[in-house]
Amino acid sequence: MAYLLKGVSILGAAPVDLYIEKGVISGKPVDGATVVDATGLIALPGLVDVHTHLREPGREDAETVETGSRAAALGGYTAVCAMANTSPVADTAGVVEQVWRLGREAGLVDVQPIGAVTVGLAGKQMAELGAMATSAANVRIFSDDGFCVADPKLMRRALEYVKAFDGVIAQHAEEPRLTEGAQMHEGEVSTRLGLTGWPAVAEEAIIARDVLLAEHVGSRLHVCHVSTAGSVEVLRQAKARGVRVTAEVTPHHLLLTDELAAGYDPVFKVNPPLRTASDVAALRQAVLDGVIDVVATDHAPHAVQDKECEWSYARPGMLGLETALPIVLSVFGPQWDLIADRMSIAPARIAGLDGHGGDLTQAGTPANLTLVDPAASWVVDPAGLASRSRNTPYAGMTLPGRIVATFLRGEATVLDGKVAK
Amino acid sequence: MIKHLRSAADLDAATATLILDTAAEMAALSGREVKKLPALRGRTVVNLFYEDSTRTRISFEAAAKRLSADVINFSAKGSSVSKGESLKDTALTLQAMGADAVVIRHPASGAPHRLANWVEGSVVNAGDGTHEHPTQALLDAYTMRSRLGRLDGLRVAIVGDVLHSRVARSNVLLLTTLGAQVTVVGPPTLIPLNVAAALSASTKVSYDLDSVIPDSDVVMMLRVQTERMQDSYFPSSREYSRRYGLDLRRMKQMQEHAIVMHPGPMNRGMEIAPEVADSPRSTIVEQVANGVSVRMAVLYLLLGGK
Repeated sequence: MAYLLKGVSILGAAPVDLYIEKGVISGKPVDGATVVDATGLIALPGLVDVHTHLREPGREDAETVETGSRAAALGGYTAVCAMANTSPVADTAGVVEQVWRLGREAGLVDVQPIGAVTVGLAGKQMAELGAMATSAANVRIFSDDGFCVADPKLMRRALEYVKAFDGVIAQHAEEPRLTEGAQMHEGEVSTRLGLTGWPAVAEEAIIARDVLLAEHVGSRLHVCHVSTAGSVEVLRQAKARGVRVTAEVTPHHLLLTDELAAGYDPVFKVNPPLRTASDVAALRQAVLDGVIDVVATDHAPHAVQDKECEWSYARPGMLGLETALPIVLSVFGPQWDLIADRMSIAPARIAGLDGHGGDLTQAGTPANLTLVDPAASWVVDPAGLASRSRNTPYAGMTLPGRIVATFLRGEATVLDGKVAK
Repeated sequence: MIKHLRSAADLDAATATLILDTAAEMAALSGREVKKLPALRGRTVVNLFYEDSTRTRISFEAAAKRLSADVINFSAKGSSVSKGESLKDTALTLQAMGADAVVIRHPASGAPHRLANWVEGSVVNAGDGTHEHPTQALLDAYTMRSRLGRLDGLRVAIVGDVLHSRVARSNVLLLTTLGAQVTVVGPPTLIPLNVAAALSASTKVSYDLDSVIPDSDVVMMLRVQTERMQDSYFPSSREYSRRYGLDLRRMKQMQEHAIVMHPGPMNRGMEIAPEVADSPRSTIVEQVANGVSVRMAVLYLLLGGK
């Protein structure tokens, strides 16, 4: 099917008529194209999330590849990288191929599986990274996310090993001995609430170690969900030295603080935890400076019973896919080039997803894009989200920016703010 | 009057003083032959205990019964909780039974805050994880006021594992609200970060018990769990006792009028020497007796008893 996006503004530029045909941006008008009135809408390259939990296989009561794909498309995403902490763990070619196939069947976004670094995420023995890389899922990012690859020898070996197939290790930076029983950011609020603290240094110490390891072996390192001002400084110095390190931050760490734990509502429990206002300020600056390359959701659906309980018993994590772009828009304003880079171009490059994060002004670019109405605002209603879970920390908040349409290789996955199929 | 007592921070000076004054009236009652008041007749108080606690549960039970309330004891052992029922489902059950107040003891910090979302009655925190134990702070304040005649300007040292102590948190909050000057004392590993900023700006910190003792009107010793040394908070119980235990030598440095407190249960020979615990300065047994009066006052005021 061919589309005409009439009067669309590509990254805030003057309105144009943009034709899509045969899955790519067409350089010339196409007869019989379906007209989408895009007056006042901004076209962004389809968003790419390098950090999504889709929960399938294993916790289909919290999310499935299909429901997560719907949430992603509605959030403006055309590709998501599915984390490996499923049950069974995505630590073999078989499991990553299963997730990849489920993504294709859903057909709403490209679901790119991430492989586990170690067998069962146990941090003891390297998983068959090469088999996952050469599988149909073509895995390039490996992560034990949820757990840190804490053993320095194993981390070094993994960083080295994936060079053979241009892989990257995405580290969940958390020194486990410093976070035993940790429930929230260690600081004034944790002292007041009597909850065991998760100190910033537990993240910073691992990032400092890992950038040195990556430098030593000349490998690529990606740092998941950076949450502290100190981590930003470690990354700034490493990048200045030329270390091949990239880093992500979540929308919630760009907006929310540890004060929200005061009512003990576990909807605000997340790992790494919400930090302080000065950390939030440093993370925002790091996104502007490019010290942080990517905004990634860490979309983490949880069943009601895993959140409607005591804080210490609740699972950590928040929904993110359907609110990420509005949050980023509310934090940075309409800086479309910045948003496109941090949410599409850079993540596509890190994940090796050719065809995503392309230049929409060039004929022949794969038509992976999303249309945003920056003038519209909406109120987050957990019951109205497409995710199977309801654990959004933004319930009741008014957010700017409505995603009107999303196209995956020229086919509409979302039209008029609704899933198109 | 406030509806719930989840934290000592729920209490302003006027409310806290009202509770202490009411407790004094309740205490006068215990001298009578008939110890019962009809104030809460027909009301239901549930003791919801997820942790073993003899003295606190019995204290609340006695308090509710002396006010003629119907008391239901619900302990985590031998109930549906051991079959994996969630706090929310338990709360809905209690709600359906018409609980006017739920007294909760729970190993998770903040459980009373969660419970208050799910029941219509009053929630009283009887100790939640490493967070707070506000009625313990009230009975401690009551005991200090009874012995020393005032709280305003009183210098109180709270000594030991402040980091994990719900008694310490509630006491710092309540005592500073009532005008006392609190110093927390212990090894740096057991003093929480930013304690003054987190709890009360006037709170002082000391790592040296000997320098604090001569200036204190009250020395409150906290229970130190020996498990803490497995986790490297301190090297051995011997070293802990030597540096932070209250023994006879240290007690002799106290001012003549100064008192020794302990919320119990004590580790005799660890944080407190037996001769100190049993000395006339010690208020430990009084604290238990005062606990009933204070809890009567809390239930009476929260439930609007007449």
